[in-house]
Amino acid sequence: MKEVILPELGEGIAGGDIINVLVKTGDTISEGQTLCEIETDKAVVEIPSPASGTVGEVRIKKGEQAKVGSVILTLESTGAATPAASPAPTPTPSPQPAAAPTTPPPAAPAARQELPTPKTEIATPRKAGSPPKSVPAGPATRRFARELGINLSEVIGSASGGRIVIEDVKRHVRELTSRQHSFAAPGTPAPAPLPDFSKYGPIDIQPLPSLRRKIAEQMALAWQIPMVTHYDEADITDLDAFRRRFAARVKDLGGVLTVTSFALQAVADALLEFPHFNASLDLAHGTVIYKNYIHIGVAVDTESGLIVPVIRDVNKKSLKELCHELAQLSQKARDRKVTVEELRGGTFAISNLGGVGGTGFTPLVNPPQVAILGLARGAIRPVWRNNAFEPRLMLPICLSYDHRLIDGADAARFTRRVVLGLEEFAGKLL
Amino acid sequence: MSNPTSTYEIVVVGAGPGGYAAAFMAADLGKKTALVDASKQPGGVCLQRGCIPSKALLHFAKIIREARDAAEHGLVFGEPTLDLDKIRAFKNKVIGNLCGGLEGLCKSRGIDYINARASFENSTQLSLDNGTTLGFSHAIVATGSRPVIPKAFDLGDPRIMDSTAALELADIPGNLLIVGGGYIGLEMGTVYSALGSKVTVVEMLDGILMGADRDLVVPLKKRLDKEFEAILVKTKVAKMEPRPEGIAVTLENEEGSKTLLFDKVLISTGRRPNHESIGLEKTRVVVTPKGFIEVDNKGRTSDPNILAIGDIAGEPMLAHKASREARVAVEALCGHPAEFDNLCIPAVVFTDPEVAWCGITETQALAEKRDVQVIKFPWAASGRAQSLGRTDGLTKVIYETGTERILGVGIVGDTAGEMIAEGALAIENALVAGDIGGTIHAHPTLSETFMETAEMLHGNATHIFRKKKA
Repeated sequence: MKEVILPELGEGIAGGDIINVLVKTGDTISEGQTLCEIETDKAVVEIPSPASGTVGEVRIKKGEQAKVGSVILTLESTGAATPAASPAPTPTPSPQPAAAPTTPPPAAPAARQELPTPKTEIATPRKAGSPPKSVPAGPATRRFARELGINLSEVIGSASGGRIVIEDVKRHVRELTSRQHSFAAPGTPAPAPLPDFSKYGPIDIQPLPSLRRKIAEQMALAWQIPMVTHYDEADITDLDAFRRRFAARVKDLGGVLTVTSFALQAVADALLEFPHFNASLDLAHGTVIYKNYIHIGVAVDTESGLIVPVIRDVNKKSLKELCHELAQLSQKARDRKVTVEELRGGTFAISNLGGVGGTGFTPLVNPPQVAILGLARGAIRPVWRNNAFEPRLMLPICLSYDHRLIDGADAARFTRRVVLGLEEFAGKLL
Repeated sequence: MSNPTSTYEIVVVGAGPGGYAAAFMAADLGKKTALVDASKQPGGVCLQRGCIPSKALLHFAKIIREARDAAEHGLVFGEPTLDLDKIRAFKNKVIGNLCGGLEGLCKSRGIDYINARASFENSTQLSLDNGTTLGFSHAIVATGSRPVIPKAFDLGDPRIMDSTAALELADIPGNLLIVGGGYIGLEMGTVYSALGSKVTVVEMLDGILMGADRDLVVPLKKRLDKEFEAILVKTKVAKMEPRPEGIAVTLENEEGSKTLLFDKVLISTGRRPNHESIGLEKTRVVVTPKGFIEVDNKGRTSDPNILAIGDIAGEPMLAHKASREARVAVEALCGHPAEFDNLCIPAVVFTDPEVAWCGITETQALAEKRDVQVIKFPWAASGRAQSLGRTDGLTKVIYETGTERILGVGIVGDTAGEMIAEGALAIENALVAGDIGGTIHAHPTLSETFMETAEMLHGNATHIFRKKKA
């Protein structure tokens, strides 16, 4: 009998919501078979069995949360199928303290109750006048921290020599609170308590899934940025004709020819010309970090919510390659199969709502990026051309940008460059 | 067990600076409180037989010495005459004022002060020697400590005194031997020598005031060498024999042994916590082999109903440690976020010059190989010290390398005991050199020396010049 624990899911991921349990007690399973699916704040992860055997006790339930290192289920290995050397690291989390080797092995767990209860808590007698190898904080601050249950060694002191003052403890608490209430951005007050909605009619309370929580956190963070949205229009009549003509051929090759693919190219070109749109602001160090690569995130609407997989080195890829990769990544995102790595490293983002509708919107910059391009729904409009109104397919585009780094005129120029890229797409093909 | 005569939420046993502070705090926090002590009035050893009376006498000693020092600079008073009765009366009046004041504070706070000897019957009751019993929800043991005379010297002769007897100031002996070169012996020696006794100090260890850094003791030793008959270190008292003409004391050291005759002997070799005959064995309180009650940093003992503070709760046996512990213990008991988390307990020796220190000592820093910078400001560079004719002083600050945090302060000199408060404030609040250097200190005062150590650390003290290393 061995315990199967939830393995590491990725950097910085502590666990997730169990969205599916695929085995039950008594099932005979083989090594590598999927045991369950876990939704982290990044993606859905399938947990494979580390060994073959018969499932003993299943310790997880759909809808519950599981932490990395916790026991998923117990597994009875089937004879010689899996020799003692199991590849998966399964450190059995023993509930007994390490220093109890004298207990005979067959001791029943119930024996623990017979242990004499220790006398009243008595701390180790202190040493008088012990040297102050302590956190730098005065008595009032220490008392304040004790009152709030704050460990001062975790607080960053702002006074001379790193001394912690009461204000620092307050700031620390605010940060902790905002981390807990993930909707509140750091520094904002905790949300006001909600009224009892059930007084006004029947309600239904559902847990907030990990992905939604993560989005809420990220959006609250985005809201802190002083951002402006700039609007423009691109004449995509020619582009659309081209797209319709070759859509089937691209589809046969396993890609999808959409406005987004053209937008990727147009944006990549614009980013090369305007590097501070492909940068990050580091106010803590007073620097701007320019990235010499162009990785663009594309917002994908999935059943569970917004996911933004990243297409790498967009400026180095052909339209055909982009069409292909975009199709692949979007499908993976919708299937929640996209990996954590595929969601990281974006330097800019595009959100295309044209397929749904709308005449314009204000996308939110996704920090630490500094700009995002939104595409709304294209529509035929009368456009004054060659001394007459002509019906043209006009695409509304909107660029939200971090005004701390980018000024309005530059945003207008950048957007113009994108418009030009879409209107003169054919030049790119040469 | 019969029903108690009366019941309290908190009973404090012992009315010294720990006990009365605890009772006052308890009453201030709304607890029905009793304060029990074998003395008629609250105050304990500190007020009645310790800190306060000794300071009253040291005050006279200081006036006498200052008058003598002034004579060297042209202000001559002539030899003082002593009216011992009046001096004793002054001392007793000081005690009376303070104890009376405490009595009044008990009354106005609604605390029952009970003059009786108390002993635990169990973890909820105390029996008193007046025949009554007190029930309590919580008891705070604050029975303090007492001077100890080793058995070999406990010969039943009134000429062999402990510190309590010495403070009575029965007479001024021509020859006084003080056994023990700690702070009590040196303070009492300072009093008696100023009043006219020839004082000899004998100490087993190889120095006086062994808790303090040696460089702080040097100016004191220099002065005492002049005023005392002798300071004999690494010397043992082998034998003590009362004779009609005095106490014959045989002293032994590396050079051999000799027998000297003294009019009186003061034994100041140490104090012992008062843990006996208070019925602790009938409770769950744990007493250490040295006689201290084991407590945690909230004054809690192994008995959930009993707390302990002050000398009985461990070293250092100092009144100001006791009163802080008292407030912490009562506050914590009442659910407040208090804890004895203090970084330093200042130590003051009221000799002349005074010696005071707090936080880490240089000796300790060295032993623990701490990365520190020790800065010493000699008082010869202080205008105030010069104008007082008291350049026999030194202010020393131990700074943590890098952070420049103040870890320890040591001062020797006139009013070092008052000055150490700033050091304690700095250490307890984790101040750094820049905080002290950037605080304006009044001129001309001795406190400037503290500020200048910070400037010295940065290599630019106003009144000290050192060539910078290339």
